[in-house]
Amino acid sequence: MKTRDPAAPDAVHGDGGGPTIRLMTAQHELDESEQIAPAANDGDDPLAFAEDEVVFELDRLSCFYGSFRAVRDISLQVPKNKITAIIGPSGCGKSTLLRSFNRMNDLVDSARIEGRILYHGVDLYANGVDPVEVRRRIGMVFQKPNPFPKSIYDNVAFGPRVAGFKGNMDGLVEQSLRRAAIWDEVKDKMREPGTALSGGQQQRLCIARAIAVEPDVILMDEPCSALDPIATLKIEELMRELKENYTIVIVTHNMQQAARASDYTAFLTMGDDRAGYLVEMAPTQDLFTRPAHRLTEDYITGRFG
Amino acid sequence: MASTPRTGAMTAGEVVRRSIQGTRSDWRSLAFEGFLVLLLVLTLGVLAWLLVVVFVNGIPTLAERGLDFLTSPLASRPQEAGVGQALAGSLWLMAFVALISFPLGIGAAVYLEEYASDTWVTRLINTVVRNLAGVPSIVYGLLGLAVFVVALRDFVGPGSTSGRGLLAGGLTMAILVLPIVIITSAEALRAVPGAIREAAFGVGATRWEVVRSHVLPYAAPGIFTGTILSMARAFGETAPLILVGAVIGGFNVEYDSIIGTLQGRYTALPTTVYDWARKPASFEGNVYAAIIVLIVVLLVVNALAIYLRNRFERRW
Repeated sequence: MKTRDPAAPDAVHGDGGGPTIRLMTAQHELDESEQIAPAANDGDDPLAFAEDEVVFELDRLSCFYGSFRAVRDISLQVPKNKITAIIGPSGCGKSTLLRSFNRMNDLVDSARIEGRILYHGVDLYANGVDPVEVRRRIGMVFQKPNPFPKSIYDNVAFGPRVAGFKGNMDGLVEQSLRRAAIWDEVKDKMREPGTALSGGQQQRLCIARAIAVEPDVILMDEPCSALDPIATLKIEELMRELKENYTIVIVTHNMQQAARASDYTAFLTMGDDRAGYLVEMAPTQDLFTRPAHRLTEDYITGRFG
Repeated sequence: MASTPRTGAMTAGEVVRRSIQGTRSDWRSLAFEGFLVLLLVLTLGVLAWLLVVVFVNGIPTLAERGLDFLTSPLASRPQEAGVGQALAGSLWLMAFVALISFPLGIGAAVYLEEYASDTWVTRLINTVVRNLAGVPSIVYGLLGLAVFVVALRDFVGPGSTSGRGLLAGGLTMAILVLPIVIITSAEALRAVPGAIREAAFGVGATRWEVVRSHVLPYAAPGIFTGTILSMARAFGETAPLILVGAVIGGFNVEYDSIIGTLQGRYTALPTTVYDWARKPASFEGNVYAAIIVLIVVLLVVNALAIYLRNRFERRW
């Protein structure tokens, strides 16, 4: 064993490590003593996705703000038409990681990345990639509902308009609102401001706005943290319906939410250098019932975080 | 309860009532409150006194002359002298200042807030703009004299005006209010929550679409309030106009063409007030009447700004 990164004494390399679930954490394999569950065998590795099922592939992704490294060497794959949850303690870089998926972090002057994010095999940060086009395909729902201070209709229609949509806008708006399970509540007040809705309705309006541009992926950054439990359940129900057509990545503080709503869960935590790193990613059921790492177990049982 | 027997020991309710009853008479807090009221009365008192003096001395002249005072040109005899040219000159100046400083100032603010990345150059520019807003107006007057009157004479006021045309005054005033326009516009832009920008970027809008469809419309009430107030500032400025040639003697304005007007001689309300105040006492009524006109115009401009702000203000 050797310490790979002197700034991160907690990240100790395993010597070799099988091509197993630990592939996901190959850069940060934890001490053998931290391993509490045996790794799965090659054959039935639940994270061995077929190539055309992989939407995102992160290859040793690090995110920086200036000289501060917020996220360190994350490698994982996000499968198609599934809900992948990212959980972890506050400040471990979950949101930063999520925002690197659609180049939202480009809007922060000091932000940059190292490593690669492949989206259907294409490097999102390669030269010549247009971040505007990336964000059209990879939509986002934010922590705090942020409808435009415009009419409900215009909230939904803005995205298609800037994308140059020429078809039946009324139909598209209705379809988006229906998919976001809010049509019945707003169909008679399309001209009223979106900001006049309740918090839960606003968030579903924001989801309608995100799907109106017919993206491929929806990123959700703690979409329920500002909502009450009933509105939260509605959003979770909606997510399960949406995954038929979309790939969803959700960051959440709420472990029950990850357990209830997601298919896969990635657990991040913070190293001594305050950089977030991936401890493990597994099918949600497995991660919550038999976590492979002590850190995960401590977190999900509430002993830490 | 009133019927509770008082048998030596007080009931719990009695104890609480005793401990929270009573008026505290703390002479220090009373003295401090009195001091604050005194400051308020002094400040408002000076203002009220000023207004009373102005109106008491000005109303008779205004009542006597009526509309004639607003339309008559400058003259050597107080009975004939009016603020016609001055009012027209001030309104022309304001319009010209708005035309120049609004696009420049708002454009600069949009660039600084929405486009420029946060580098030491941007921070330096922001600091310089803030400092420029505090530079005494006479300095802008000197700048206008050197640049617009002397260097650009053939453009701003050829012929008999010798550079001291309305254009020179307007350009000088535009430069004077530019930092204020930039600062107030930048503040209005900054008040638009970042979440709105993220939402627009998130559905695949370009920066231009974000600014055009969201940031500018939402910031517009704030921007207009600030810019209108900067107009009020330009309307009341005297010092730079004296340097860049607001005329204080009688003259004829040839309102034959816009170019002719812009390049021609002009005067402004505050300059006229300044000039009349130095004249013999017979002009006193005119001075106060002109001040009333000035105050009324300023109040109208400020009221417009407040109306716009209340009408279109957005809450997040």
